[in-house]
Amino acid sequence: MQIPFTVEARPDTGLNNAKLGIWLFLASEVMLFGALFSSYILLRVNADVWPKGHEILSVPVAAFNTVVLISSSVTVIMAWASLKMGSLSKGRMYLLLTFVLGLVFMCVKAYEYNHKFHTGLFPSESTFLAIYFTLTGLHGLHVLGGMIVFAYFWGPGSKMWHSEPEHFTNRIEVAGVYWHFVDLVWIFLFPVLYLL
Amino acid sequence: MSAADHHEAHHQQGFWRTYIFSTDHKTIGIQYGLTALVFLFFGFCLMLLMRWQLAYPGQPIPVIGGLFSDATMPGGVMLPEFYNSLGAMHGTIMVFLGVVPLAVGAFGNFVVPLQIGAPDMAFPKLNMASYWCFFAGGVVMLYSFTAPGGAANSGWTSYPPLSDIATTGQTFWLIGMVFLITSSLLGSVNFIVTIIQLRAEGLSYMRLPFFVWAQLVTAFLLLLAFPPLEAAGVLQLMDRLAGTSFFLPSGLVVTGDVLQVSGGGSPLLWQHLFWFLAHPEVYVLILPAMGIVGEIIANNTRKPLFGYKSLVYAVIFLGFMSFIVWAHHMFLTGMGTTISAFFQTTTMIISIPSVIILTVFFISLWGGRIRFNTSMLFALGFLPMFGIGGLTGLPLGLSASDIPLHDTYYVIGHFHYVVAPGTILALFAGIYYWFPKVTGRVMSELWGKVHFWGSIVCMNFIFFPMLIQGLMGVSRRLYDGGASYDFAEPVIHYNTMMSHAAFALAVFQLPFIINFFVSIKKGKKVDDNPWHATTLEWAAPSPPPHGNFDAIPKVYRGPYEYSVPGAEKDYSPQFEAEA
Repeated sequence: MQIPFTVEARPDTGLNNAKLGIWLFLASEVMLFGALFSSYILLRVNADVWPKGHEILSVPVAAFNTVVLISSSVTVIMAWASLKMGSLSKGRMYLLLTFVLGLVFMCVKAYEYNHKFHTGLFPSESTFLAIYFTLTGLHGLHVLGGMIVFAYFWGPGSKMWHSEPEHFTNRIEVAGVYWHFVDLVWIFLFPVLYLL
Repeated sequence: MSAADHHEAHHQQGFWRTYIFSTDHKTIGIQYGLTALVFLFFGFCLMLLMRWQLAYPGQPIPVIGGLFSDATMPGGVMLPEFYNSLGAMHGTIMVFLGVVPLAVGAFGNFVVPLQIGAPDMAFPKLNMASYWCFFAGGVVMLYSFTAPGGAANSGWTSYPPLSDIATTGQTFWLIGMVFLITSSLLGSVNFIVTIIQLRAEGLSYMRLPFFVWAQLVTAFLLLLAFPPLEAAGVLQLMDRLAGTSFFLPSGLVVTGDVLQVSGGGSPLLWQHLFWFLAHPEVYVLILPAMGIVGEIIANNTRKPLFGYKSLVYAVIFLGFMSFIVWAHHMFLTGMGTTISAFFQTTTMIISIPSVIILTVFFISLWGGRIRFNTSMLFALGFLPMFGIGGLTGLPLGLSASDIPLHDTYYVIGHFHYVVAPGTILALFAGIYYWFPKVTGRVMSELWGKVHFWGSIVCMNFIFFPMLIQGLMGVSRRLYDGGASYDFAEPVIHYNTMMSHAAFALAVFQLPFIINFFVSIKKGKKVDDNPWHATTLEWAAPSPPPHGNFDAIPKVYRGPYEYSVPGAEKDYSPQFEAEA
């Protein structure tokens, strides 16, 4: 039994199943983070005092992380482009690079969290820290999820290239769309939490 | 099962892959259906315990009471804390583990791919993951009864600050909900992609059966409305586990002491996030039911649905509107008059498409040669019952009349009319209607009719008195059913009669349960299209093999071409070419 349009696009929609699926999934993610950002606004508007982000958090560290994450969005595109041009080895190299950049981001995040905990800044300390840890924590889980996906496609998942190269390339594209979203969420988080 | 033999090449999978960890949409649909029916029955049993307490407050429950521990029912007498748990879990289980999985997980999974002529869902593995997430969520919810302090006891709405400081059961509730939300996310993506991408050749959107339309809109509601509740669930988990104060205001006093938290949170934030999900959720409960009723009415009146296009546009409009009515659950929170005017207006507007849908079904009966079989009786029963549910909702949608009615039994009566004699009757209709497609056999008509008449009569004796009690001002969630209030005195004696009706309702489910299992083995065997229906699922063998159709069907016409003038027979299936 073959499910239609797993690889090729359906003519009247111009999409294959996975691409439509990932966009719908991201629509749901927008609602998830949208609800949290709305909560942030509501809590902040109602608060008597609200600290400026840079008084508590380190802007240079977060700026560095922003660069790391944006670079990883470039490398994931390069991975897809390399596969489109038929080179698995280059594609895998860029996948690995994306994974490593994700790892760097997570390590920096772990350093930041650790620093906060050592100076006694826990989520229970204030509403600002509570929403900071919740938003960045949930975003971190999304980064981790993406890293697992890239590790799989770099490793055992890449076997698919030899039997169905187009299907494999589509998978990287879809994973890349997700990765851009994770990147985009951070681009909102950075100013909202660190700068404003 | 000769058709299945053709597909033997695909079928060489062991017991576990075929029946337990199956990726076949039909097996998953059956898994969803059986699990959801078990949860429906379980949730109903919780209610029976509560109804005993309401009818005979403080008296020991005979026989069954002795089976419970001293922490819940010492000497067979229910403790107030246990009553609260039962109420919260009855609501949670009925909505999230019973009705939605049956309406969407079971009927959607089994019927939608067949009705659009697809070999399976677009993502079979995600489909399996969706079921097992649902199952895990159900296990967590059941396990929470063993937690210290019992299961969640802050109501199915879990309003903070109470839920923030409630016993451990609430944490289990939140974790269970995260599993259920994940399950519905995976399911809804799958349904939308399947319906958009896998329609058979010739099956344009305006040729889709109404049931498929209802499932498509439902899937969008699940996809976009559930994540805010997930966000709220994460925030409440943080409050409970990490000591944050998202929903805890400053200076909250608990048992005489000021709570030592950072404070500054907003209990209303939870209500907004919760109802942003839970209002669309109401339509998740009702739309698949309407879809089922539409199929059955067209089939048993032997004529096309009146106004198919109005139905489709109404259901799409309903889907959009359901996202901007949520605060009508919150008129009592002291929101400004401008805001409540907005939500009153949208609420009145959303009743229009519901009325269109119901009117279309009523007019469709006009001039039909109606076959009063069991599934049609249930579908016909749905119409006036949902009508009562809808009309009793109007006073709740207007702030002036909602404020005195808020949190009274009137509200309970209203939404039970929508969901119990409304949705659940429609779901039973669907079970009797599609049973021959799933098993190749029909269920007993006689016992089906006993089940129908018993259920609809009992349900009205349970829910109609609630409306009267509520108008007298009796609040919901009272351990003694209102006995301690003088103003409840004229209507309090209804409780005994309502509870007896609930026990009778339980008895009338026995013919269904026996009929269901006996018919799987011993029901009368029928051909692939026993109801002489027009939609694509009846082109597949019964039960459909892996991959569904012997040859992928082509679609030549609209979904409900019954009694076409000049045609040989009184139904012209979508899958048969013009003669």
